[in-house]
Amino acid sequence: MNYVSYIGSYAIMIREVFKKPTKWPVMRILILKEIDELIFGSLGIIIFISLFIGGVVSIQTALNLDNPLIPLSLIGFATRQSVILEFAPTFTSIIMAGKVGSYITSSIGTMRVTEQIDALEVMGVNSLNYLVFPKIVAMMIYPFAVAVAMYVGILGGWIAAVFGGFTSSAEFVEGLQLDFKPFHVTYSFIKTYVFAFVLATIPSYHGYYMKGGALDVGKAATTSFVWTSVVIIVMNFILTQLLLG
Amino acid sequence: MIEVENLHKYFGDTHVLDSISTSFEKGKTNMIIGQSGSGKTVFMKCLLGLLTPDEGTISYDGRRFAELTTDDRRNLRQEMGMVFQGSALFDSMTVEGNVMFPLEMFTNQSRSEMEDRVNFVLERVNLVDAHKKFPSEISGGMQKRVAIARAIVMKPKYLFCDEPNSGLDPNTAIIIDNLIQEITKEYDIITVINSHDMNSVMEIGEKIIFLRNGIKEWEGTNKEIFKTDNEAITNFVYSSELYKKVRQVYIAESD
Repeated sequence: MNYVSYIGSYAIMIREVFKKPTKWPVMRILILKEIDELIFGSLGIIIFISLFIGGVVSIQTALNLDNPLIPLSLIGFATRQSVILEFAPTFTSIIMAGKVGSYITSSIGTMRVTEQIDALEVMGVNSLNYLVFPKIVAMMIYPFAVAVAMYVGILGGWIAAVFGGFTSSAEFVEGLQLDFKPFHVTYSFIKTYVFAFVLATIPSYHGYYMKGGALDVGKAATTSFVWTSVVIIVMNFILTQLLLG
Repeated sequence: MIEVENLHKYFGDTHVLDSISTSFEKGKTNMIIGQSGSGKTVFMKCLLGLLTPDEGTISYDGRRFAELTTDDRRNLRQEMGMVFQGSALFDSMTVEGNVMFPLEMFTNQSRSEMEDRVNFVLERVNLVDAHKKFPSEISGGMQKRVAIARAIVMKPKYLFCDEPNSGLDPNTAIIIDNLIQEITKEYDIITVINSHDMNSVMEIGEKIIFLRNGIKEWEGTNKEIFKTDNEAITNFVYSSELYKKVRQVYIAESD
């Protein structure tokens, strides 16, 4: 019963986020700040992780190719498919649930604990619109970060495969181009938009409705990470069934 | 005038506020006092519209809060200023940014007009060299003054203060009390203060409401509180030996 109540209050929160918008000059600054914090502030970790994940996928594929009849271009093919379909959108989003999600929950949660949200409400500001809407808009640029993760992941795979001596550059590139379906990229970006919405709103929900003190802010951030990850994994399954099944 | 009629508030089975009726007049500093858990904060949150009463009405110059639309409630809140116990300043903004925030949100003033107004109110609360500092870089007393400046920058009709002296040294507490009283007279506004501080109650409490277990036990002025026979309030207000002696001296002198 509690879960139904949580889903209900989450839905009410989403409705309130789009009501009584904040003045555009103020909102524009908030959106730019959030883009800087949530997207550009995460590019470093995204690039680092993608580079190594791409490299690991490439090496794992190469090490499992025992049959001489299987062409080495499969390394490039497997790296491309793994990175574009799953690692860039889903794995990156789980990382972002930890980095961006806990930042959102703890920053909004701290505002709740220190009565800053009450101060906004008393002034007549729609606090949900002021706090959550800029995050949703900023996260709509998240597919850009995932595109970077795709490029860097494949680059990592190429570096590991070629400089690790598993295949030649020409064979790896041939694998990258083999049986390429543009819809797979579209599918990946559709998933990314859904994950972006989840990444902006679920941590906001946990921060906004938290109760207690400083210790509870930490607990809320942990709960937020767990639930954001769970929802991303479930949505990944549903969207894959709908779009590729 | 703020009029409260037959206010009830429950949290589950707990009756937190029990049929409270009172009124707060313009140009007066009204104080709500009582022990921890007596319902002061809940009462103030009901006055601010942050909590919805289960029964009873609150009217602001004839406007019943419960009957207003969401937009009208937000408009009414723009007429309110609030000084929170912990100041509730926005950490990410400078002192100037905090005070300018309501102007940016609700007015169409130019940047220079807003800066003029911010400078005026910061000077009014005797805070002139802190414009570019962040809340974490200033003292508790200065934070309270910034909170007061933010509360009055929109020229509110109603000013609410939740324990404005908590955590302050006696000298700074007196300065904050005097500032709140001066502003109340100067702007002719209704000020409601939630307080534990008996110095404040005696100094600036023009109307005092004593809450006990969610019930309005006593109501009067800071003069009347010296002479009351109500045992609950005398036990609360004159709990220290010092205040007992002060009371005896006051009664002896007034007789």
